[in-house]
Amino acid sequence: MLNFELSSEQKEIKEMAMKFARNEMIPNASKFDESAEFPMEILTKAWELGLVNTCIPAEYGGTGFSTVESITITECLSYGCMGMNTAIMANDLALLPIVIGANDEQKKRFLTPFTESYKIAAFCLTEPGNGSDAGGIKTTIKDAGDHYVVNGQKMWITNAGFADLFVVYGTFDSEQKHKGISCIVIDDKNVEGLEIGAPEKKMGHKCSDTRAVTFNNVKVPKENLLGKLGDGWKIAMKTLDHSRPMVAASAVGGAQCAYDYAAKYASERIQFGKPIASHQAIQFMVADMAMKIEASRLLVYKASWLLDNNQPNTKLASFAKAYAADACMEIATNAVQIYGGYGYSKEYPVEKLMRDAKLIQIYEGTSQIQRLVIAKEIFSR
Amino acid sequence: MNIFVCIKQVPDTETKVIPNGDATFIETSSIKWIMNPYDEFAVEQALLLKAANAGSTVTVVRVGGVKDTEALRTAMAMGADESFLVEADDNLDSYMTAKAIKGAIAKSEKTPDIIFTGKQAIDDDCLQVPQLVAQMMELPSVSVIVGFEHSGDKLTLKREIEGGAIEVYEATTPCLVACNKGLNTPRYASLPGIMKAKRKPLTQLSLADVGVSEEDRRVSYSDFSLPPEKPPGKKFEAMDEAVQKDIVKEVVGLLRNEAKVI
Repeated sequence: MLNFELSSEQKEIKEMAMKFARNEMIPNASKFDESAEFPMEILTKAWELGLVNTCIPAEYGGTGFSTVESITITECLSYGCMGMNTAIMANDLALLPIVIGANDEQKKRFLTPFTESYKIAAFCLTEPGNGSDAGGIKTTIKDAGDHYVVNGQKMWITNAGFADLFVVYGTFDSEQKHKGISCIVIDDKNVEGLEIGAPEKKMGHKCSDTRAVTFNNVKVPKENLLGKLGDGWKIAMKTLDHSRPMVAASAVGGAQCAYDYAAKYASERIQFGKPIASHQAIQFMVADMAMKIEASRLLVYKASWLLDNNQPNTKLASFAKAYAADACMEIATNAVQIYGGYGYSKEYPVEKLMRDAKLIQIYEGTSQIQRLVIAKEIFSR
Repeated sequence: MNIFVCIKQVPDTETKVIPNGDATFIETSSIKWIMNPYDEFAVEQALLLKAANAGSTVTVVRVGGVKDTEALRTAMAMGADESFLVEADDNLDSYMTAKAIKGAIAKSEKTPDIIFTGKQAIDDDCLQVPQLVAQMMELPSVSVIVGFEHSGDKLTLKREIEGGAIEVYEATTPCLVACNKGLNTPRYASLPGIMKAKRKPLTQLSLADVGVSEEDRRVSYSDFSLPPEKPPGKKFEAMDEAVQKDIVKEVVGLLRNEAKVI
């Protein structure tokens, strides 16, 4: 039966995450945007409260949250700061392939340390020449007898400069295209041949750490391969089914934040003798914002609910990701518009939201790729 | 130690309060409830005291509606061990509330070594319940506490008074301590804490269970109304010297006869 109400426990989780966002993240968001410094203290505090790595199952020391609970938290943290949330969410993105594709021994070995102290993980899929076309991976994972050897370069790797663990996609045979792709875990950040690039200078999400990662004959133990050689694509696709609703939830959080600022400002700003909120032009913008946030949120909840109920969610996950990201960009842009000249100033919070929103249309599959996924789901069934 | 904390659930500070249909109270149907902010300091101090005294328990008591139990759950998620909820309408007066708290503490079958409360609730601002509870239980009480030290059965309590000055009290347990902002920084309820709180005992009692009836009521409420809307301000232009005298006379007249402030 349909039920749109969160359980009392889920409400408490949401309240607590929102309190953290309001008290710890929002007051610091602009400072870290300015300095582009990694907000280690805030992230560590979030970890201590259980807000990080929500994908880790209870049997490995995690909270054992459902997807609906995870995305509820993501929405709140993204409301606090989309950039800080990216650093938090990137851990889930990197740990999900382990949750999905690892055996019991690997899960214990890789996941449990993340529940004992704040550790950072990086998901390494994108390459300088392969973004949307992830199937064309050039990085290689070769069998060298008693270990594997990884060679290649990864690009735009979130958390790379601080990561304790890297989840790396490569191919053991590029001829085999998708079937050659494999997924391996590097849990020794000091391993020979692992080179971390300089931090990228970005438009938004500035406090999140983004770098190139290069593998020069990196030796990785055999027991670090997830599944078999060639299982990587399957693991990556399942990871995206989980992570896309999460990224979509971050768009909802960012949009809600922009909306809250804009609606409040519209009620306070007086022009022509009355608040601009009483002018229809502004009312229509705010009404559209509210409507699109709610539609985005419902898509995110449905995509997550399907996953929690073991039903295919690929199409809904792409609906949610594309719709919520596009809505977030539009809403943040209109928030700047409602603020007018003040909105364009760094003294006010909305220009950062507009810069941050843009990335959500790009990472984790662009809005265009989501539409390709949707079309494929429509026409191949 | 048997540590008790009394908490109240109050409307969120951003609530727009309106009278209910028959104006006997505020409309509570769509209110978002939170733990009274001063009570958060009380919960935190109780948890700090528990941590410093092995084997202690923290018991939370609340009197009020049972539809939303957020405040009690939050206290248990922060680390309190168990809670007692006395089901009652939100319009009890201070005397009934204090009597219900005393009754609930008796039902817990634990003798309190210390009872923490907030110094006041931010909804009705009565500032009476802590002192009433202490009086009924024949305990000493100190309110508006911003500093707390404990050693054996001795308490050293700092109390904020007018002008930002501090009074220092020495008290012995058992005692009631009403906490003010500045005493500590309340912790967050962690997510594992929220999950654990589900399994902690929450005992629900009726007013009859704790020996309170309508006969205990000292205050009944009626005629709730919104404050009258502020009339628009009056503006006087007196740039022209010729009319200044008359305008000043008019303003003084209005201040005296209409606004009645001089």
